[in-house]
Amino acid sequence: MQADVTATSTAVALDDATVAFRLADSRVYTAVEKAGLHIAHGEFVAIVGPTGCGKSTLLNVAAGLLKPASGTVRIFDQPLSGLNRDAGYLFQADALFPWKTAIDNVAIGLEIQGAPRAMALQRAQGWLTAVGLGAFGNRYPHMLSGGQRKRVGLAQVLIRDPKILLMDEPFGPLDAQTRQIMGNLLLELWNADRKAVLFVTHDLEEAIGLADRVVIMSAGPAARIIGDWRVKLPRPRDISEIRLSDEFHALHREIWSVLKDEVMKGYAQSSQASVGAAQ
Amino acid sequence: MSRAGLLALQLLVAVIALGLWQLFATVPVFGHLLLPPFFFSNPLDVGSQILDWFRTGVIWKHLAITLWESILAFAIGSLGGVLVGFWFARQPLVAAVFDPYVKMANALPRVVLAPIFTLWLGLGIWSKVALGVTLVFFIVFFNVYQGVKEVSATVLANGRMLGMSERQLMRHVYWPSALSWMFSSLHTSVGFAVVGAVVGEYLGSAAGLGYLIQQAEGVFDVAGVFAGMFVLSAFVILIDLAVTAVERRLLVWRPDAADGRG
Repeated sequence: MQADVTATSTAVALDDATVAFRLADSRVYTAVEKAGLHIAHGEFVAIVGPTGCGKSTLLNVAAGLLKPASGTVRIFDQPLSGLNRDAGYLFQADALFPWKTAIDNVAIGLEIQGAPRAMALQRAQGWLTAVGLGAFGNRYPHMLSGGQRKRVGLAQVLIRDPKILLMDEPFGPLDAQTRQIMGNLLLELWNADRKAVLFVTHDLEEAIGLADRVVIMSAGPAARIIGDWRVKLPRPRDISEIRLSDEFHALHREIWSVLKDEVMKGYAQSSQASVGAAQ
Repeated sequence: MSRAGLLALQLLVAVIALGLWQLFATVPVFGHLLLPPFFFSNPLDVGSQILDWFRTGVIWKHLAITLWESILAFAIGSLGGVLVGFWFARQPLVAAVFDPYVKMANALPRVVLAPIFTLWLGLGIWSKVALGVTLVFFIVFFNVYQGVKEVSATVLANGRMLGMSERQLMRHVYWPSALSWMFSSLHTSVGFAVVGAVVGEYLGSAAGLGYLIQQAEGVFDVAGVFAGMFVLSAFVILIDLAVTAVERRLLVWRPDAADGRG
């Protein structure tokens, strides 16, 4: 079942986006080729693909951190130039400022906009409480667990109230239980004001559990978007429960039949030394 | 091993060492002294010399001069190192152009500069400060340069995505990162500031611990030389303790600095 993309209000529109990198030996490596992806306002889209297929590359294009070699990027119907100011970005790796306490890490987003410090701290405390870390404000990142750091990261991004949320395997480094808890927390926060979300993951179950649409990318190089499924599971969802439903399994089987081949291809390619410098 | 037990053992080492020194310097073995007093003095004489210095108060002036020289050398050297380190790290072309000269200047043993500084700046404190600055500058410079260069790409991208301008990135990302590298070399740079001051004094001055040692040596007053050395060690240890305290305060956010955590 392919989803038809006829959204009335488009938050992110990538059309024919091709991203290429110059390798050290001056050959050109095409990471993503002619990718088209539209995300409606308030829509939660997950991109799934084999390792090194250029999922994060696509995300960086939407963030404005990378410029596509060809094709267009439009954010709320405006062509994107420079960084995407409407987007909040949750990174896979630790991105908190290690020299700032949790609360300062959250407050910084407001402070650099010129908000008075007292007000920024007050709002930051509210967000820390919302992610369940109300009592951890004065801890430095290294004193927090991996899951707690992700929560601070989430609060840091959400306090700026971005209209678009870009997430690059944000829960990748976490253990299975913590991932489910973080997934539910994310859905709960997202439900409050339904931002447009682009969520990159290699975990199909996570993608189906969270998203309205699941987009599959082919193995790189020159990865393309090869499938687009609408997830019609009811909301609000509990990730650990929804995994047990028949609809979930049916959809999972359907998508996996396509994804499996790409994963095998991606695995074969990444075992050859010639493919490097992908993401 | 308990704290008290360890301290007792540490003290024991000092007592035995001083005891042996006193013994071999005063009691002849097979008719002659193993440590002739002319070359080795003895702990009691050294001790009474140190006491004398403190009782009469002459030492304070020398300590103050050396301390002041060290502080100035550290402050000026650090400031220069931070500024140039930042500048080079943000301007790769400048760094590339100056690279061979920086390496050359750093390769030069700084002691040979002392006569030049004395010639230029006289026998007062500034020739010693200058020598200390040449030592401190390079340590701070290399660390700040490294600190700015090695800011995590993710943290930097995060700052950008949170909406930081270049100036805000400077203040919230580059600066703290560079400072953390600088502080991690604080012991070394403070130590070198003292080395610069004392060596400078030793090579030509009118006051300071280095001068005291040099004067004693000039009149073959071995007790005075040893006394100067002990006072100098105690002085450096005190400064090092102060640096450790400052470091604890400034680097609380670092896993390794925060007392066994992480």
